Amino acid sequence: MDFGFCLSPSSHVKMDSIDLTTFNRLKETNPDVNTCIACGSCTATCTAGNFTEMSFRRLLLMLQRGKEDEAKKMIQRCMLCGKCTLVCPRGINIRKILLDITR
Amino acid sequence: MNQYIFHPFVLPFVLGMAFVLTYCVVGLFRVICLLPKDDRKQFWRSLVTPKTAWANIRDLFGDCLFHVKIWKRNPILGYMHSAIAFGWFMIIVIGHVMLFTLKPLEGVEVEGFARTFTNFYYPIFYKHFATETPVFAFLMDFFLLMIISGILIAVVKKIYSKIVGVKRVTKFGFADNMVRFALWTIFPFRLIAEKSNIMAFWWLYSIDLMIFMCLLPFTRYMHIPTEALFILLRHAGLKPREPRKGYALAQIYSCPSCGLCIDACPMSVNDKMSGNTSAYFMKKLRNADDKEAKRIAETCMQCGKCVAVCPLSIESCDIKMTQREATPYIINSDHSYLEDRHFDRPQGAEKSPSVLYFAGCMTQLTPKIMRAMKQIMEAAGENYEFMDKDGGICCGRPMLLSGKTAEAQAMIAKNTEIIKQSRAKKLVLSCPICYKVFKEENHLEGIEIQHHTQYIDELIKNGKLKVNKGEVNYVYHDPCELGRAFGVYDEPREVIENVGNLKKAKSEKELSICCGGSLGSFNLTQQERDEITENSVNDLMFNNPEQIVTACPLCLKTFARKSPVAVKDIAEVVVENI
Repeated sequence: MDFGFCLSPSSHVKMDSIDLTTFNRLKETNPDVNTCIACGSCTATCTAGNFTEMSFRRLLLMLQRGKEDEAKKMIQRCMLCGKCTLVCPRGINIRKILLDITR
Repeated sequence: MNQYIFHPFVLPFVLGMAFVLTYCVVGLFRVICLLPKDDRKQFWRSLVTPKTAWANIRDLFGDCLFHVKIWKRNPILGYMHSAIAFGWFMIIVIGHVMLFTLKPLEGVEVEGFARTFTNFYYPIFYKHFATETPVFAFLMDFFLLMIISGILIAVVKKIYSKIVGVKRVTKFGFADNMVRFALWTIFPFRLIAEKSNIMAFWWLYSIDLMIFMCLLPFTRYMHIPTEALFILLRHAGLKPREPRKGYALAQIYSCPSCGLCIDACPMSVNDKMSGNTSAYFMKKLRNADDKEAKRIAETCMQCGKCVAVCPLSIESCDIKMTQREATPYIINSDHSYLEDRHFDRPQGAEKSPSVLYFAGCMTQLTPKIMRAMKQIMEAAGENYEFMDKDGGICCGRPMLLSGKTAEAQAMIAKNTEIIKQSRAKKLVLSCPICYKVFKEENHLEGIEIQHHTQYIDELIKNGKLKVNKGEVNYVYHDPCELGRAFGVYDEPREVIENVGNLKKAKSEKELSICCGGSLGSFNLTQQERDEITENSVNDLMFNNPEQIVTACPLCLKTFARKSPVAVKDIAEVVVENI
């Protein structure tokens, strides 16, 4: 029966069973990911974010939650313009991290 | 057997010479065969075209023989290099000229093949076999002493390089040091052998020559034979396409590792980073150390200063780009969302704008430049339109820099389409990074492309924009992609002279130091970038200016973090003085 609405699927993440290989590898090669304060400056300035839902802040969160496929899909939107790196108050080399995720 | 002009001590030299000649001939064929077919055709054609042929002759003499560019860069090094290289060349030439005038001792007559073979080593060891006329004796001694004076400077430079104005020198491996030692000792041995005729020194002289010749192809001294080929290829207008093939190979072997680029490189602020300079990059490529070559290629900021100071004009930045293209990052980019972007013609606008203004990503981050440009264009009464008022598409340069050419070309094509839709006659850009791409990659025939420094200069010159001269002392920083890439040095300076006093920086124009914010580098950390920025700011503050003026939003943002005085864009400075 169609009520015109439904329950949204659970967004529950089981932290014990997710695969964090990519994020752990990233932490090793780019230790500065640990210093992110999720301020969202990268998202606010993103050239691709102007047209799509691209957001580096969310991307990092996805990786921390083991949602690797979603993260990799999001990276495809990136134009590598480097504005995120420029505005990051923590001096994180974001462009390098974006490139390293898929390496 | 005193009848032949021969002694066993010539054998090491003959062996070494035969080896190096064979190696060079094989190498020559390899480079030419590895060129793409079109490039090869272009190369043959350039050899017979009068214009390039003349440039070839001029540079073969100027660079290979007289080393004009080193003289210009540093006269002491110029003398050092000329004394050794030109002196040696003259000794060889005069030696061969002498062949026609010498009478061998005891009137030995050698004919046919033996004669040709003898001529191969005779001029090198002639003193042992014959006596020359006084004029030649003087010339030979003069040039020999000239070489030794050059070697003396080289020894001093090795011990204490700062005395000849060089802060950092290239660090060499075993083979390079060995050949250098051989080179330094060849001529003193020759002098002693000639003056005393002691057999031991003739042997040492000959063995030294053998060591030099046999190791030459594996060391930096390979630049001696390769440079000539490189000059011919460069004038043919070729571009390196692969990091270790064809033209790039000729460039790799032409690099003498002189290290002039090390002091020039903005990254040389500390010892660790100075290992990322072009001299080492070329060395890694030569040794086929792909991993390190890739790392250095991706660390480089692509400011182009190494190319500007290189006495051979080796295009190391272009080779680094081919290295990046050879091993690009694996992102399956999907920019399909850009497809429906188009030029937004504002409502009510009937005419096409005469000026289209593209701010670019970086200028969007520094809206004060956009506001200033708007005020300038309004004050000048221009019919203008913004291309990316609500966010535009990246010009594609960062994508190109990451080695992903196809994705970059898609963005470039989209931007070209939008510009053509606007039907504007002139495109004005605030960001030199975009300027480089629009000038080099986009096909915008019939549309004038200007950076805003050039545009403002033009507005002031044709009287459309009236400015007042203020009292502030400015210093101007040349952005890499505007200055070194396109030689736009005078327009911004003339604009600043119109609105205030221009002070000089310590390093200017083609020697200006990158701000450190460059998008070219992928690997540099923020701390490393900060060090580069501090060094660059100190250089600009040399004459104590009151404000730093630049023409690049990225430089502006980078300097603002570290500068003790206000940093402004040239457009802001002009607006303050309208």
